[in-house]
Amino acid sequence: MADGEETMAVEGCSIGDWDGRWGHVQKFLERTGPFTHPDFEPSEEALSGFRHIHVVDMDIIDVSNLNRQFLFRSKDVGRPKADVAAEFINQRVPGCNVVPHFKKIQDFDASFYRQFHIIVCGLDSIIARRWINGMLLSLLSYEDGVLDPSSIIPLIDGGTEGFKGNARVILPGMTACIDCTLELYPPQITFPMCTIASMPRLPEHCIEYVRVLQWPKDKPFGDAVGLDGDNPEHVQWVFQESLKRAAEFNITGVTYRLTQGVVKRIIPAVASTNAVIAAACATEVFKIATSAYIPLNNYLVFNDVDGLYTYTFEAERKDNCTACSQVPQKLQFPPSAKLQEVLEYLTENAALQMKSPAISTTLEGKNKTLYLQSIASIEERTRPNLCKTLKELGLADGQELAVADVTTPQTVLFKLNFTSETCSIKQVQN
Amino acid sequence: MTDHKTSKEQKYDRQLRLWGDHGQEALENAHVCLINATATGTEILKNLVLPGIGSFTIVDGHKVSGEDVGNNFFLTSSSIGKNRAQAATELLQELNGDVSGNFVEESPDKLLDNSPEFFHRFSLVIGVQLPESTYLRLGSVLWEAGVPFLICRTYGLIGYMRLIVKEHTVVESHPDNALEDLRLDQPFTELKHHVECYDLDNMEKKDHSHTPWIIVVAKYLEKWYSEHNSQLPKNYKEKEAFRQLIRAGILTNENGTPEDEENFEEAIKNVNTALNPTKVPSGTEEIFNAEQCENITSQSPSFWVIAHGVRDFVRNEGNGNLPVRGTIPDMIADSDKFIKLQNVYRDKAMKDAAVVSKHVEALLQSVGKPPESTSEQEIKLFCKNAAFLRVVRCRSLAEEYSVDTFNKDEISICVSVHPYSEMVLYLMLRSIDRFYQQHSRYPGVYNYQVEEDINKLKLCVNSLLQEYSLNVNVKDDYIHEFCRYGAAEPHTVAAFLGGSAAQEAIKIITHQFVPFNNTFLYNAMSQTSATFQL
Repeated sequence: MADGEETMAVEGCSIGDWDGRWGHVQKFLERTGPFTHPDFEPSEEALSGFRHIHVVDMDIIDVSNLNRQFLFRSKDVGRPKADVAAEFINQRVPGCNVVPHFKKIQDFDASFYRQFHIIVCGLDSIIARRWINGMLLSLLSYEDGVLDPSSIIPLIDGGTEGFKGNARVILPGMTACIDCTLELYPPQITFPMCTIASMPRLPEHCIEYVRVLQWPKDKPFGDAVGLDGDNPEHVQWVFQESLKRAAEFNITGVTYRLTQGVVKRIIPAVASTNAVIAAACATEVFKIATSAYIPLNNYLVFNDVDGLYTYTFEAERKDNCTACSQVPQKLQFPPSAKLQEVLEYLTENAALQMKSPAISTTLEGKNKTLYLQSIASIEERTRPNLCKTLKELGLADGQELAVADVTTPQTVLFKLNFTSETCSIKQVQN
Repeated sequence: MTDHKTSKEQKYDRQLRLWGDHGQEALENAHVCLINATATGTEILKNLVLPGIGSFTIVDGHKVSGEDVGNNFFLTSSSIGKNRAQAATELLQELNGDVSGNFVEESPDKLLDNSPEFFHRFSLVIGVQLPESTYLRLGSVLWEAGVPFLICRTYGLIGYMRLIVKEHTVVESHPDNALEDLRLDQPFTELKHHVECYDLDNMEKKDHSHTPWIIVVAKYLEKWYSEHNSQLPKNYKEKEAFRQLIRAGILTNENGTPEDEENFEEAIKNVNTALNPTKVPSGTEEIFNAEQCENITSQSPSFWVIAHGVRDFVRNEGNGNLPVRGTIPDMIADSDKFIKLQNVYRDKAMKDAAVVSKHVEALLQSVGKPPESTSEQEIKLFCKNAAFLRVVRCRSLAEEYSVDTFNKDEISICVSVHPYSEMVLYLMLRSIDRFYQQHSRYPGVYNYQVEEDINKLKLCVNSLLQEYSLNVNVKDDYIHEFCRYGAAEPHTVAAFLGGSAAQEAIKIITHQFVPFNNTFLYNAMSQTSATFQL
């Protein structure tokens, strides 16, 4: 799927149209029917297609995109996807106005996202999905505890892997959000370090060894040069070294293709699955924009390895979802627990799955950073705190900890509850 | 080993990881025919052109209309009035320079009248938005010629696909959750000898903790046999006792606390599946018993020749079992022990495949064909996938439509149990076709027609049900809805079918993964789908 987001607006007929242009769509907007949305009102006004679309994508086009990303050609390799996509569509679909943004989604703030009626994603990571999910949740407004429906921006999310895909409709504040269903996502494949370091058995282990342990040691392309999976010379080096490592252990099966796949964590992809999921998402956008039908409620799974299989279900909201429930999150630890344990809980707990949380709190009226990993100087300064107990750090029962992480645009507030010393250290999921 | 990849390898990298170089080769040697370059048709082709289909030919006698351009990404307003096959070919061809695109400005009916052999040259024919009379004619011609036929249709918010292929064999079905082939219940000689080399009771801790769980289970199974009259643990109670037996073998430290032996934990966890009796799966058994497998002639496709060879192996050297697959899952073990164990299975697989080869050679000789007719690679691939072979046979349209052979039970039961089942959509499409036959148009195309067409369509529904003696009720809501559609072809539904159909086409061409059998319905209103065998 092309990474990107789009916004849609519906407008009346205008110049650039030709006779019959909206023939296939008109029937759904002008006629009543037994399956339409209760709020649907047929209208004689011709629908324009979606005219105002913004696309956000931080990527540039790679030759390996061309087997499925049909808006790009080999002459476009190296150019920003957002730019080329916009150009192509604006040229092919008269009257359509796609505005490109060669940026990360995180480069924009609430004022940007607030302007859209609908957001559609084909993002390539769960982290990014959680971020946009959090952003739309932050736009919700409540009056006397009641959600203002006009502050809801629907989020339609699609994703694929090989011959599998899914499409979902999220109405922030109303239906299950990304974080409500975190456990649905399969865990990322990782290899245990001892296997990589001393007991390889599969060709993948040999490649991981070279990538993780040998490259930083050998620095084959220079001191500060990190391994770039997109650089064929780098991949070639890893490939050759992996062959050597494999030979040491009589392991067969290391190939260039496998090497690149492991280094870049490549997920196979084809045009067809992406087309199916993109189409399903587009159908939902159409339904929501026109109220012509009740939207998908709310999750579709697709798999065409053996025949074609779809499964549609209503993903449920989690009562205590860290993102969309209003329930304050609790952290339960004995005062003798070290800050390191809290950090581990935030990253390892299935419902939280934070990447590198930054923890801060208010002590003696002042904001204090307890630990922050992403800035080297602060990491160094706060590292000793990890070995200190919560008591030693001056934290009290009921203390509020503010946690920031890439998985959410807003800090998550946790309430610290001290448990008695005899309690098991293992956290009980609340 | 080439240092850098060709630009095609780079371009197709993400899909080569799914169907391999040989799958790609099959794709690049294929020539697909698309009939009707509507939105559905061009969306299907787009998903075949991008991955590098060898060539395509669009057959379409229509001229491009304003409506066509409105829902079709591969037509522009400048092509209005031009032949639709030609216009679409240009913009589809542009997607991938590796692909060769052709067009025939002719209706399929004309071609069927004058030169039906035209269609014999194709690997697959895809017919889109065709009237019933045309697709029935095509179905008959293609069935006789042995050319696979895929019918696709977008009708309002409904998508429909029908696959017609007499016999489609699949060696590489790529099953999602395949059980391992470990032979622990019937260890072959080399495996037995290898297990014998281990003495778990007299090993260093390091070795003990890094012995593959397969060996652990094999060793404890021997112990179990000696105490249980050489019988496998059969029920839950016995398996549980067996797990405890293994657990008791975990090393303990001076205080008697068990050490952390992950390999033993793996053994315990795998007891359930590891002791499954080795046997030929029913699907493969059916293939062995098929008439095509039994009666090999010089015309037999290599699938059946090799199947017969494997069957011979099973009945002789295999002692009732398929050739050993030769792969084992990754497990906690030191490199040396794992590789050695893996090689035991690999070597046995190679040996078994060689025996199968001998059988195949003899078979080929007996029908007067040279041994090179099937390659070593083919035979090895077949042996490796012997437990996952699939044969898909889709009934002809004639069988589906005949009052004598149509699938009455399936249809009646589906609709009776679920009045909103996708099967109703199938009946509606059949009724729409009937309407077209009678009125030479589809219902509700113009606003003023909608009301009166509802009744006309209802008559068609009733006559259909009556003709087939179907005692089911089709809700009026559906009749109203299908009139409302006015034979519209919304782009997003066309695109959904475009992806679905293209992948089925790729399955047919590559003989990898398993095609659907034989009727697929998609409901974009509810985002649900169903497959029926009609």
